[in-house]
Amino acid sequence: MDTLQAKDIASFLDSQSHKPTLRFITCGSVDDGKSTLIGRLLYESKAIFDDQLASLESDSRRFGTQGEKMDLALLVDGLQAEREQGITIDVAYRFFATERRRYIVADTPGHEQYTRNMATGASTADLAVILVDARKGVLTQTRRHSRIVAMMGIRHVVLAVNKLDLMDYSETTFNDIAEGYRSFAAGFGFDSIQAIPLSGLDGDNVLVKSARTPWYLGPSLMSYLDTVDVGDARERHAFRMPVQWVNRPNLDFRGFCGRLAEGSVRPGDAVRVMPSGVQTTIKAVLSGFDEVEAAQSGEAVTLTLADEVDASRGDVLVAADAAPDVADQFDVKLLWMSEHAMFPGRQYLMKLATKEVTATVTEIKYREDVNTGAHLAARELGLNEIATVNLSTSAPVVFEPYGVNRVLGSFILIDKLTFETVGAGMIDFALRRASTIPWQAVELDKSLRSAQKHQRPRCIWFTGLPGAGKSTIANLLDKRLYAEGRHTYLLDGDNVRHGLNRDLGFTEAGRVENIRRVAEVAKLMVDAGLIVLVSFISPFRTERRMARELFAEGEFLEVFVDAPIEECERRDRKGLYAKARRGELQHVTGIDSPYEVPESPDVHLDAVHRDPQACVEQVLDALSRL
Amino acid sequence: MMSLESESIEIIREAVATAHNPVMMYSIGKDSSVMLHLARKAFHPAPPPFPLLHVDTGWKFKAMYAHRDRMVAESGVKLITHTNPAGLAEGVGPFTHGSSYHTDVMKTQALKQALDAHGFDVVFGGARRDEEKSRAKERVFSFRAPGHRWDPKAQRPELWNLYNSRIKPGETIRVFPISNWTELDIWQYIHQENIPIVPLYLAAERPVVQRGGQWIMVDDERIPLEPGETPEMRRVRFRTLGCWPLTAAIDSDADTLEAVIAETFNARSSERQGRLIDSDSPGSMEKKKQEGYF
Ligand SMILES: Nc1nc2c(ncn2[C@@H]2O[C@H](COP(=O)(O)OP(=O)(O)O)[C@@H](O)[C@H]2O)c(=O)[nH]1
Repeated sequence: MDTLQAKDIASFLDSQSHKPTLRFITCGSVDDGKSTLIGRLLYESKAIFDDQLASLESDSRRFGTQGEKMDLALLVDGLQAEREQGITIDVAYRFFATERRRYIVADTPGHEQYTRNMATGASTADLAVILVDARKGVLTQTRRHSRIVAMMGIRHVVLAVNKLDLMDYSETTFNDIAEGYRSFAAGFGFDSIQAIPLSGLDGDNVLVKSARTPWYLGPSLMSYLDTVDVGDARERHAFRMPVQWVNRPNLDFRGFCGRLAEGSVRPGDAVRVMPSGVQTTIKAVLSGFDEVEAAQSGEAVTLTLADEVDASRGDVLVAADAAPDVADQFDVKLLWMSEHAMFPGRQYLMKLATKEVTATVTEIKYREDVNTGAHLAARELGLNEIATVNLSTSAPVVFEPYGVNRVLGSFILIDKLTFETVGAGMIDFALRRASTIPWQAVELDKSLRSAQKHQRPRCIWFTGLPGAGKSTIANLLDKRLYAEGRHTYLLDGDNVRHGLNRDLGFTEAGRVENIRRVAEVAKLMVDAGLIVLVSFISPFRTERRMARELFAEGEFLEVFVDAPIEECERRDRKGLYAKARRGELQHVTGIDSPYEVPESPDVHLDAVHRDPQACVEQVLDALSRL
Repeated sequence: MMSLESESIEIIREAVATAHNPVMMYSIGKDSSVMLHLARKAFHPAPPPFPLLHVDTGWKFKAMYAHRDRMVAESGVKLITHTNPAGLAEGVGPFTHGSSYHTDVMKTQALKQALDAHGFDVVFGGARRDEEKSRAKERVFSFRAPGHRWDPKAQRPELWNLYNSRIKPGETIRVFPISNWTELDIWQYIHQENIPIVPLYLAAERPVVQRGGQWIMVDDERIPLEPGETPEMRRVRFRTLGCWPLTAAIDSDADTLEAVIAETFNARSSERQGRLIDSDSPGSMEKKKQEGYF
């Protein structure tokens, strides 16, 4: 690039500020030459400074693979641990610019165990550069990369046929690979596929066209990136803005802050607040310090409204005549990103745009093999697995299919206990609209039903290892309450498993669903005004917490029946432990299936040193203080 | 530029909407200046709903203190300053204690003290991904375990513009709204928006001495001069600002913003070169981060 003079700065800045940004992802497996290629793009576009080059030279000597030559791959190898292992294991973002465009590159590893990282990089990209080693051609990993890229909604692909120097710049090799790829990718619905013959190491066709591939008539990688049109070919879209923040500095000003997800907005436009559907008009559009005539998709603004309508964070402002749907059950594509498996029935926090709700996968329709696309049956989802599932939310959500609107169609799932981000999803369609299922208006309610029984309904939840004494204590308590004239019911693990939950096994997934159903049944019984005693091992914190959250404050009592595993095994009333030790039984809690000890139970019973009757007294005492 | 600005404003609002007690790190440099400007735009007509935190090592350039006080008065934002009292009592400084000890005590430890004392859960920082290799993988919402530890393995995946700001007591989040800006973007934006910056970024005659092949400005009398060493006047400016004994000046004639932009664009060395703490050993920035350095 030419040297810039201070006097030219005004026109330079003008051209800079209108320079569009292209975000792309590079996908390749270890040794396809991805780092070398990116290093070259940075180097050639002068994004690398002299001191970085100097440290590159010293690094090349220490870690490089190119002998005395500079190893451009080291320019982009980030964290030290990775450098020592010689692999790239996270998503790194790189920046460079040409005279035409600014670039943000998401550099991601391509191994199967890093599907999560590739999806992360792809989620914000407009285009994907998929590397293929010319010696190996299209491999399983190429198919995997393409499948993930397509799933994340990227519509433009560059097939970078790299290391062609090692194949004597053979035209036939290149054509075979390019054609093979095109026919394989036909089903993915990409808008464009550009195959480019490359040598990242020697720079052929990276910046300028190479004399060594005279048979190639297309553009170099750089000039293709500089000119490719990744614009949205779809129709103009209606206005949508998720409300992030309500700005209320004084009584005279109430502004709704957010970033336009689609469409444009100007003063006077008729809009609705979703999900309520209330209609009003835009009074003013503020961009930064100034009132503006209009704002476009992607801009962060503050809007004021003509009427005092109710709107808060999580709501979506939309064009009045083109409101999106609202639903609480969806068909979604889900990528699992946590080492802790996903089980249907378990509750997660869902964040979609600025809205947070509780969500549960009700059914895994099928898991997808990322390499082949084959549909597989699944009861749970592990790290880096992808599935099509039914998802149900605790409250209606304003949404659009991911293919129509990325902002209102994408979401993440967050673990309720650890708060890790565990899943990423894309909505395909709603299974039913929320508005079509008004709750049955119940005239007789819980308070009337419990008043009739002269008691306050409760759920008393006993948890503990098998043999700790849960059922013994619960039975005694049940009789005691009955004798006092209370209306009770005891739900016992073994009995429920013979009927309602006969179809469930003892795997983690089965245990999660087991507890979910029992908790829901207990809730209906509490609704009916009963005092419900639940005696279930309920080994997982997450499900116990889920159960608690179904009930009103003060309605739920978690009782931990505490006896150490040695003592339970000694008692072994049902012979469970003996069988497990003999290897005749699997998934026995305490032996080969975990029990997560309650951190703060409402009642903690010492079931070794206190007899069952004393334990009952302790529970009664806690009940009276609720 | 518009999309960078909008993305940053979205990030700032998102963090504030979900935080209990947010704060913005204010280092007085150009990146901080841009970040503060973005925050003012994000919440206009209200002032940003959080204070600024300046971790004062006691060794900033005099011109930086003057600029800080002016910006605080102008923006109406509350300023909190903190200096490590133990370090102050001990008289810690870069000349007497060496750069890494000084940075650790007066910056890293001081920052942790201030965050703990006020119980801030969300902390805005002005770091950019293009600054240094280990930052290329930094999240926008960077998760810190209790004790402000940064564990690369505990970082949460960030898809789309969906940020997970849920934390447990004792955990904190560093939020980097200008992650995706480059040095050139920063300068362009300062120009376009007319953002006030510390005059040290522009070239002027300044008293300097040469140390380890770099120009160090003599900002006050605390510098121990070698025998026979006398400060000379040179036309210099700074590409980055920190503690004056640890921040090298470059020879330059760029005394207007336009000239600085031209020079930056034509530059052949990266801005962190002026920071004397980075090149100690390979992976040194990464180690500092794990210890809690910003
Ligand atoms: N011959 C040849 N070798 C290459 C080319 N690109 C990369 N390599 C070599 O392939 C190896 C792996 O490259 P690297 O960029 O680290 O691959 P990554 O794992 O995909 O990032 C290194 O030894 C490179 O020097 C190329 O275009 N031609």
